[in-house]
Amino acid sequence: MYSVRQWSVRHARGLNAFYRGFEAVLLRCHRLFERIGYERLERPVAFVERNVKGLLFDCQMCGQCALSSTGMSCPMNCPKTLRNGPCGGVRANGHCEVKPEMKCVWVEAFRGSRRIEGGIDAMSEVQFAVDQRLKGRSSWLRVVREKTEKPPAAAKAAASAGGAGR
Amino acid sequence: MKFDDEPAPGQPLPILPGHSSPGRLERVLRAGSFAVTTELAPPDSADPEEVYARARVFDGYADAINATDGSGANCHMSSVAVCALLTRIGYAPVMQISCRDKNRIAIQGDILGGAAMGVCNMLCLTGDGVQAGDHPQAKPVFDLDCVSLLTIARTLRDESHFQSGRKITSPPHVFLGAAENPSALPHDWRARRLAKKVAAGAQFIQTQYCYDLALLRTFMRHVEDLGLIGKVFILAGVGPLRSAKTADWMRRNVPGMHIPDALIDRLAGAKDPAREGRDLCVEQIQAIREIPGISGVHVMAYRQEETVAEIIDRSGVLAGRVPWFPGREQDPRDPRSPGAA
Repeated sequence: MYSVRQWSVRHARGLNAFYRGFEAVLLRCHRLFERIGYERLERPVAFVERNVKGLLFDCQMCGQCALSSTGMSCPMNCPKTLRNGPCGGVRANGHCEVKPEMKCVWVEAFRGSRRIEGGIDAMSEVQFAVDQRLKGRSSWLRVVREKTEKPPAAAKAAASAGGAGR
Repeated sequence: MKFDDEPAPGQPLPILPGHSSPGRLERVLRAGSFAVTTELAPPDSADPEEVYARARVFDGYADAINATDGSGANCHMSSVAVCALLTRIGYAPVMQISCRDKNRIAIQGDILGGAAMGVCNMLCLTGDGVQAGDHPQAKPVFDLDCVSLLTIARTLRDESHFQSGRKITSPPHVFLGAAENPSALPHDWRARRLAKKVAAGAQFIQTQYCYDLALLRTFMRHVEDLGLIGKVFILAGVGPLRSAKTADWMRRNVPGMHIPDALIDRLAGAKDPAREGRDLCVEQIQAIREIPGISGVHVMAYRQEETVAEIIDRSGVLAGRVPWFPGREQDPRDPRSPGAA
């Protein structure tokens, strides 16, 4: 929902801090997840993730969440699905070229990133294009797997996915 | 500027040490000359002569000619084809690649194909949204954005492999460019976006129209603060405005156009607005040349391409230089031509 999405950008700092804590909890559950099986968890976790992040961010479930480096403004709501900042078509009032009634997702991202410590630096990092195969899958589980996997495999997975997730 | 080894149409020049391409645009920029690039609108036609006629109007005034890729999301002859035609007779085109219409498979194929046809410069763009053009019912692709596109193009050139990792046997020797819009929001972010493009592989930048020079100066200060001067060649976008009415229409309808009220008032008060628009363009080019860190201008004169020669001539930015064009040696402006004074 558009108004909730804007609320999330205004509260980017708090949401980012909350996620950091949440991720730490998830990471501690890695062994449990392994015992249950990541593939078996995929559907229920993705269901929860879709609904929670859908409500807060209008999440499109790209499977490679970048919210921490976009000031809690989901880049997949950009009609051009840009991952590296606003295009040159931003209107003089800060609204989208394609959808004039909507604020530019990346103008919002800049606003949110300023509220997060290190947010501007995170937004300045080059993000590679999304891997379409991950669409619809849980970003949370992917992050836990990548951060807990043994180094060579993790590096390979990150390289194929192209960039840090959330 | 002349290069001893130039050019046999269709034959590539040698790549100089430290250069990425055999192209003249890269040579002119690296030699420290103030470069002039311009834009050719590809025809709605399958006739190559229409392409050549559109290129000929820039003869002697442009170091490179951009061939737009479905600009404004309108359908025209493809950029890669226009560029291939232009290289046949020795022109130096800049092939524009937009992410709107093609996915990464098609784009990588075009980069190889364009380079094989002798294209030395490629401009990596996001592209306008499909709603802006004549096929609003089309599917917008945007598989990549311009930063990912730069990453892919640089990987092909410098690491000789596709994004998949599969090797290519001969890399495309291209000079890579990107666009930026110093006038668009958020102003404080624009230079950082440029930094991202440079980090991803951009070697030259052609900006959107810079009618607001105050914004351009602020942008260039930010660029300098980020330590980017000397790492990338920046060509500022300029163009003649035909009248107050068209200027106002453009700023309301063309994505990314910002024209200050003062300029519109000046055009509205002029006896001959088209002439006033050209004067304004000449003045802006001369002012832009004085801004530290700017390496050239990119003149976009859509549907008034014939004015580019006059504007560049009056601005004096070429400083007596005659960029190569087919038949330059016979041209009276050329110092080596029989008709030269």
